[in-house]
Amino acid sequence: MNPFDFITQTLRIAVPYLFAASGGLVAERAGIVSLTLEGFMLSGAFSATLGSYYSGSPVIGVLAGAAGGLLFGLVHGIATVRFRADQVVSGIAVNLLVIGLTQVVLMLLFDSSSNSPRVEGFQAGLSGFGDPLVWMGLASVPVVAFLLYRTPFGLRIQAAGEHPEAAASVGINVRFVRYVAVAISGVLAGLGGVYLALDQHQFTNNMTAGRGFIAIAAVIFGRWNPWLAGGACLLFATAETLQIQLQGVGGIPSQFIGMIPYVLTIVALAGLMGRAVAPAALGRAED
Amino acid sequence: MSAHPIRMAGIDKSFGPVRANRAASLDVAPGEIHALVGENGAGKSTLMKILGGLVEPDAGTVEVNGRDVTGWSTSDAIANGVGVVHQHFMLVPTLTVAENVVLGNEPRRGMLFDRTRALADVNALIQRTGLVVPADRRVSELSVGEAQRVEILKTLYRGAKILILDEPTAVLSPPDVRELWTVLRKLRDDGGTIVLITHRLDEVIDISDTITVMRAGATVGRMKTSETTPAEIAKAMVGRDVALSVPGRETMSGPGATADRPSSAAGAPLLEVRDLSVSDSRGIRVVDGVTFSIRAGEVLGIAGVEGNGQTEIVEAIAGLRDIAAGSVAVSGHDVTRATVKDRRAAGIAHVPEDRHRRGLILEYSIAENLVLGAQDEFSKRGSLDGARIDAHAREQIAKFDVRPPTPTPAARTLSGGNQQKVVIAREMGRSFTVLLAAQPTRGVDVGAIEFIHRQIREARDAGKAILLVSAELNEVLALADTVAVMYRGKFAVTMPARDATPEALGPYMTGGNSRDAA
Amino acid sequence: MSESFRLRAEEALLPSIVALLIALILGDVLILMFGESPAHVYGRMIEGAWGNPYGFAQVLYKTTTLTFAGLGIALALRAGLFNIGAEGQLAAGAFGAAIVGITLPAGTPGLVAVPLCLLGAAAGGLLTGGLPGVLKAKFGAHEVIVTIMLNFVVLALLNWLVVEHLRTADTLHTPEINAGAVPRLSEFIPAFHGSAANVTFFFAIAAAIWCWWYLFRTPGGYAVRATGLQPDAAEYSGIRVGRVWIKAMALGGILAALGGTNFVLGYKHYYEDGFTGGSGFLAIAVAIVGRNHPFGVVLAAFFFATLSQGGLAIHALVPKQMVEVLQGIVILAMAASVPEVQRALRSARKVVAA
Repeated sequence: MNPFDFITQTLRIAVPYLFAASGGLVAERAGIVSLTLEGFMLSGAFSATLGSYYSGSPVIGVLAGAAGGLLFGLVHGIATVRFRADQVVSGIAVNLLVIGLTQVVLMLLFDSSSNSPRVEGFQAGLSGFGDPLVWMGLASVPVVAFLLYRTPFGLRIQAAGEHPEAAASVGINVRFVRYVAVAISGVLAGLGGVYLALDQHQFTNNMTAGRGFIAIAAVIFGRWNPWLAGGACLLFATAETLQIQLQGVGGIPSQFIGMIPYVLTIVALAGLMGRAVAPAALGRAED
Repeated sequence: MSAHPIRMAGIDKSFGPVRANRAASLDVAPGEIHALVGENGAGKSTLMKILGGLVEPDAGTVEVNGRDVTGWSTSDAIANGVGVVHQHFMLVPTLTVAENVVLGNEPRRGMLFDRTRALADVNALIQRTGLVVPADRRVSELSVGEAQRVEILKTLYRGAKILILDEPTAVLSPPDVRELWTVLRKLRDDGGTIVLITHRLDEVIDISDTITVMRAGATVGRMKTSETTPAEIAKAMVGRDVALSVPGRETMSGPGATADRPSSAAGAPLLEVRDLSVSDSRGIRVVDGVTFSIRAGEVLGIAGVEGNGQTEIVEAIAGLRDIAAGSVAVSGHDVTRATVKDRRAAGIAHVPEDRHRRGLILEYSIAENLVLGAQDEFSKRGSLDGARIDAHAREQIAKFDVRPPTPTPAARTLSGGNQQKVVIAREMGRSFTVLLAAQPTRGVDVGAIEFIHRQIREARDAGKAILLVSAELNEVLALADTVAVMYRGKFAVTMPARDATPEALGPYMTGGNSRDAA
Repeated sequence: MSESFRLRAEEALLPSIVALLIALILGDVLILMFGESPAHVYGRMIEGAWGNPYGFAQVLYKTTTLTFAGLGIALALRAGLFNIGAEGQLAAGAFGAAIVGITLPAGTPGLVAVPLCLLGAAAGGLLTGGLPGVLKAKFGAHEVIVTIMLNFVVLALLNWLVVEHLRTADTLHTPEINAGAVPRLSEFIPAFHGSAANVTFFFAIAAAIWCWWYLFRTPGGYAVRATGLQPDAAEYSGIRVGRVWIKAMALGGILAALGGTNFVLGYKHYYEDGFTGGSGFLAIAVAIVGRNHPFGVVLAAFFFATLSQGGLAIHALVPKQMVEVLQGIVILAMAASVPEVQRALRSARKVVAA
């Protein structure tokens, strides 16, 4: 196949991963475990569908989607920061909640258990690059890198995730930093879902299908570094494109290609590629 | 006449039943390096926490530069030029020196973090103060001495003119210490005021201008360094104690009691430690080539201020810490590479210094805690023998007078003294040949202290070998047959009990008689 | 009832009760939004679940899977480890049982075939539970991420095996097993006719009893709980913490995997791709609401099974996905209330004691 098409297809597959991984990275660097990316994404997809449907404008859809992701970001944040709920459990709960709520509202508004009506998306053109969300997705990586490494707030995020007591000792409000970080992760992951929904011009039940977990795999495989995580997203997307292109053509079954992100992450955690060092205070409730 | 930078008077502070400060005072003149000395628990840290705004006093006044600031907060203190350099560093390892120094007060250029300016500012500060540290290096790559300099830079960056350093040399090697002295002298000469919390006499003599001595929460002495001697300081620090409000002390007998003790018919050596060395995570030797042996019917007491390697030596013998070099043998069997379980089987019993973390499972009942480690022995055909565990618990509860005297309450609900009794009942209630007792009466009420001491004496008389580690000098003197003093990972001195008096030991505990070779 | 037992019971039960109340209230709100009366909806749910023999039997069927998987998670949690891999373990267990069942000759007596099939299931669980345990003990690899990743790997692997190699034409399942099938409960209780409930329900109860015995009556279980409560003290006492982790994850995997036999041996008699349907994740809620106690797990499994079955009965009134929303709320409420309630209880007790 034509290399240009290969690259464009890979990039389009990568967009949701890039959004969600970038967002998850911000929250994890601040010390909040982010298994919630799947739920944020799905919420973003659904909210964007609603926004675009009722307004006819994809731009409203984007805003609504961001808000949808933000909402659950805050739910996770309040549960874990204010109530010090176990961050893993909260993550699983949020995911379940979003799956259930999207189905319920889907039924309520559109009387369907599988999909919404068609909604307006962006004119993507043949290559897909007419869709601004593609550019935003690509941009999310340098934006997050910029935030983390070039702004004062980014410095504080790093401090909150590595040594919250040190941050508190110089007067930083660690709770506030974590709330903002998890809110950002909600918005960014939500945008990943927005892209999915608007690109397909509808919302389908559980349309994220595990992409949020691939995103978290990318974060871990990328050792919590925005550029490496972005690279991991591209790597996983490339494997997926290969799988689609090579379907039927001899060689590796598609299920095995689909496994690649997960196997690589396990391998990374087992230290076979050097230790993957998480932010030191990840998952620890601050006292 | 300029106002004194620091004047604290009549300071009282209690934490629950513990009186940390009793009418304590501190008077620091302008432009001096002032040493605040005393043993662990003397009240120095609490007094400085009050000064630094972390804690409010119950009574008394605090004046800084002539102004009454009693009860102020940390932000007030920082804003008014009082900076505290903590013993446990508050640094983010993944960030650079400059980033750590400016964290919370980051210089900005619009939305951006002005890293260039941060670096320039920090480098300028480094030049000015002589606290040499590579400003763009990650803190995780620094040595301990360098990391400490970063902590000091943090306070100076925020404009501190009064610097409080809490045990700054605890983690430093002698060359690092000398560098620190150079820095402190320069800061003083530039008009700063420095308070140094320490228990190390050699350092006090080296660096300070004035000394305030604290003991048991009160200020017991204030002298000019040039006009005093190490012996005098040591005596003030560890001198015989008559205050009745410090629990337990009056039940501890002084050296005179050892004369009444039947001379130990010393048996075979039960615990032999040879050239033992233990390193910490940074590779520094916290136990440095220690050799000793304890015979049947003998108590070896290790005295010394905490932090000189006592914790690590006990953990290494118990199997909870890796041994870098040397050997440990119990009744002639080498256990240097043995697991914890095998060491216990070989006859080691261990009363750990942190009963909440190591010694007990707080959620387990008294009965369950009493079989911790021996759960396999209290089983019958694969099942725990509930009846036997219960009977065993009742027996031990009665024997060791644990209150409340029922086996079912969770250990969490017991008082500190009773919790410790449960640990002791378990460790001393089983068969053992060597007992490691680390801070056995810490946080324990008077009656329980008496009881625990009796247990130790009885074990000794029954032919056990006992290693006693205690920060309470009187406890060591009351129980030991042989006394060793640990200082900076080595035994500074070993002497029979009859020669061991606070006056004789004090200088060794505080390094006054041992100068590290350069 | 002794004082200490009462205190512990309070701390154990109160968070679950608080969480369920919160879920109940929020559920009310959601139902009202659909213009229905909560009492009516809840009533219909209970009637659908408990009010008729078929419904009740279905509840028992669902309880079986949730109990096994919940036990698998609860046991690991007792050792301080979070086993998110129950979904994969269920599938691996079902697959293992199916393979043994297909391989055995037809006519193998049940007393031989069923235990062998159970062993096959256990083997699947041992692998999928043991691997994360080993990685944690040897490399410090966080078991949450490893088990999540492993779920995907196992499900993809099994999907490939079944779809490419083992399936019966035009279906997504393996051939039927020749031996090892377990009778339906309807064979003993005719009123349960048509329901999938089968004898593995009693296996699940037996597993719960075994779990309780293991955790609270054996030295091995003592060591597991000690490690989960205070690993430093466990290490101090001579317990090998790494080994306990491996054992707990392996046992947890086996327990969860046995849940797969409910479907394979007792219901459809073949392995079908996708049969787990999220039970492995719901089992996390079961373990948490059940406070990681084997008998609590059974009760919680029964509760969630009731919700699920009752949800089917109300689909005319509110979307049945409401049940999933309620499940999510329950988990979130539990997670939030455990630290809060514990803190509140302890400071209230201090005030009284002072």
